[in-house]
Amino acid sequence: MSIILDIIVMGLIKGSIYALLAISFSLIFGVARIVNIAHTAFYMVAAYCIYTVTNYMGWSAVPAMFVAVILSVILGMVIYKVFLNPIREHEGAVLIATMAIAMVFQEVMTLFFSGSFLSVPNLIDGYFIIFGVKVFYQQLLTLCAAALVMVILMIFLFKTKLGLALRSTAQDREVANLMGINESKVAMITMGIAIGLAGFAGAIVVPLEILEPHMWATPLVMMMAVVVLGGLGSLKGSFVGAYIMGFTEAVVVFLSPQGAFLKISVALLIMIIVLLIRPEGLFGVYFEEER
Amino acid sequence: MKLILFYLRKLFAVLKNEVLVLPSRVAVIIFFLFILLLPLFTDDLYVLRVFTLASIFAIFAASWDLLSGFTGQLNFGHALFFGVGAYSAALINLHWQLAPWLSIPLGALIGVAAGLIVGIPALRLKGTYLALTTLAFPIIVTGLVFTFPDFTGGELGISGIQKLAPTRIHEYYIISILMLGLCTIMWKITDSNTGIIFHAIREDEIAVRASGVNTTRYKLLAFCLSGFFAGIAGGLYAHFMRIAGPSVLEISLSFMVVIWAMFGGAATIYGPIGAVFFLYPLVEFMHVIQDYRTLMFAFVVLLVLLFMPDGLFRWLREKIETECPRCKVRNIATRDTCRICTAPLD
Repeated sequence: MSIILDIIVMGLIKGSIYALLAISFSLIFGVARIVNIAHTAFYMVAAYCIYTVTNYMGWSAVPAMFVAVILSVILGMVIYKVFLNPIREHEGAVLIATMAIAMVFQEVMTLFFSGSFLSVPNLIDGYFIIFGVKVFYQQLLTLCAAALVMVILMIFLFKTKLGLALRSTAQDREVANLMGINESKVAMITMGIAIGLAGFAGAIVVPLEILEPHMWATPLVMMMAVVVLGGLGSLKGSFVGAYIMGFTEAVVVFLSPQGAFLKISVALLIMIIVLLIRPEGLFGVYFEEER
Repeated sequence: MKLILFYLRKLFAVLKNEVLVLPSRVAVIIFFLFILLLPLFTDDLYVLRVFTLASIFAIFAASWDLLSGFTGQLNFGHALFFGVGAYSAALINLHWQLAPWLSIPLGALIGVAAGLIVGIPALRLKGTYLALTTLAFPIIVTGLVFTFPDFTGGELGISGIQKLAPTRIHEYYIISILMLGLCTIMWKITDSNTGIIFHAIREDEIAVRASGVNTTRYKLLAFCLSGFFAGIAGGLYAHFMRIAGPSVLEISLSFMVVIWAMFGGAATIYGPIGAVFFLYPLVEFMHVIQDYRTLMFAFVVLLVLLFMPDGLFRWLREKIETECPRCKVRNIATRDTCRICTAPLD
């Protein structure tokens, strides 16, 4: 019984983090057509930012979170304007530009904080016990925050005018442009929102994870797997895929002896099997090829 | 005697009329000479080591280009072939006591098998889906490597592999001549009819299929060829470094090969090779500023891309050569008229 509860708690948390990352990655891909390899690097930057603000400047964690999210949004928009916007027509160039940006972040973090493992104290301490399983308040907080942000994002996308502009640009860039939507401005706003979401994911997960300059690699792989599993550009797909991946990871970790090594392998294997049956992902639609 | 003179004269004629007229061909000749004569100028073991590794990675980057640059099947998990080649060469060498000249080709054949295994699911996927799916394969294998440490050496990898050759100079010559040979073969493949079909698959797969070409077969062929060459590179790496560890399967290696190839110019073969020989020694010789070198590398890549998004070597070639508008023959940019048909160049 307790192991099932453990699996549920861990699966929910992992799933929520992956969902935040994957939805924001999908947004960038859908609207700006950028495969943003540096996406989880922003998640890392936000996490380190919280570490700096709480440790060196002595602020409490909640304002630190705001600082981290705002900083990553600004960083994301500046990088988009300077490095990605001028080369957007060249798909390959954008691809390796984002890789190089991720490497830059990794190296800058190594320079400032060295390669050592760091950790951040919990926002709220303490835990309660159900059926013999310790559930930390921090875990609950992470879950609630992720759910809240996702609800806000959905309201933004489906109820506001800007959200409508975003969705229509994702559907058809040219027609959206003809209808008077400033396409490049929308792309930049999307970049800001998406990077902000990635930063937020980093901010809420930081007390549960270990900080190190390579921490962006594993979430990157899982995020991409989630996005492909759910179908590129489909928000619903990203959401469902994230929880599938999160729960798979949790089940493997708790049920198999070599779980820590195998969890990613098994999750990715499931993704490949799903793709063999449904090449466009669970909820995906093929984008109209631009010929 | 006469025959020899005849061939010599023919060689000079070709050299004068076909090679020396184009700066890009001269550059290739200089590159070959540089690689072959390097040990005459320096016997610094560190320099030789850097250029040997650059040769290995040049094969690897060119094999990525053969698959992803030409057929457009974007592969983000190319380290899989490299790693599979390295691990199988190491295991074959260690357990069956086979010499490197046997274990490396066998490792490459297992690389071909890996190419088939990745290729078959990849046939159903396109574009970004394919890129993100291929990323998964080396990570799955890494998971397996860590799960069975008795067989694969786990985190430490397999060590105690036989040396490729007794001295560094021998190793340098074996690897660099192999590199020149294999890269020429790859360039020839892409220049043949098969290469044209690869190009066409990237441009418009449906049109190719409509013309009666079995694109499935050609895509699988591209995966197998690419797996073969990358497997050789992996085997050479294992025998050169004498260790095959999980680092050969890392995501950073997969990304690195994409960076090399795109930086030099995809779908050219010479681009990735040139990029490796430009970037790899650059990063290595920056060891005076150890802490900053990956950072510098990333900035060099970003800045070059900002101004030459089609790749460095393609940009250079466009600058020094022009194509004749009438007969499509390449000319040096300083000429006013085409060297073949004397049409005015603009």
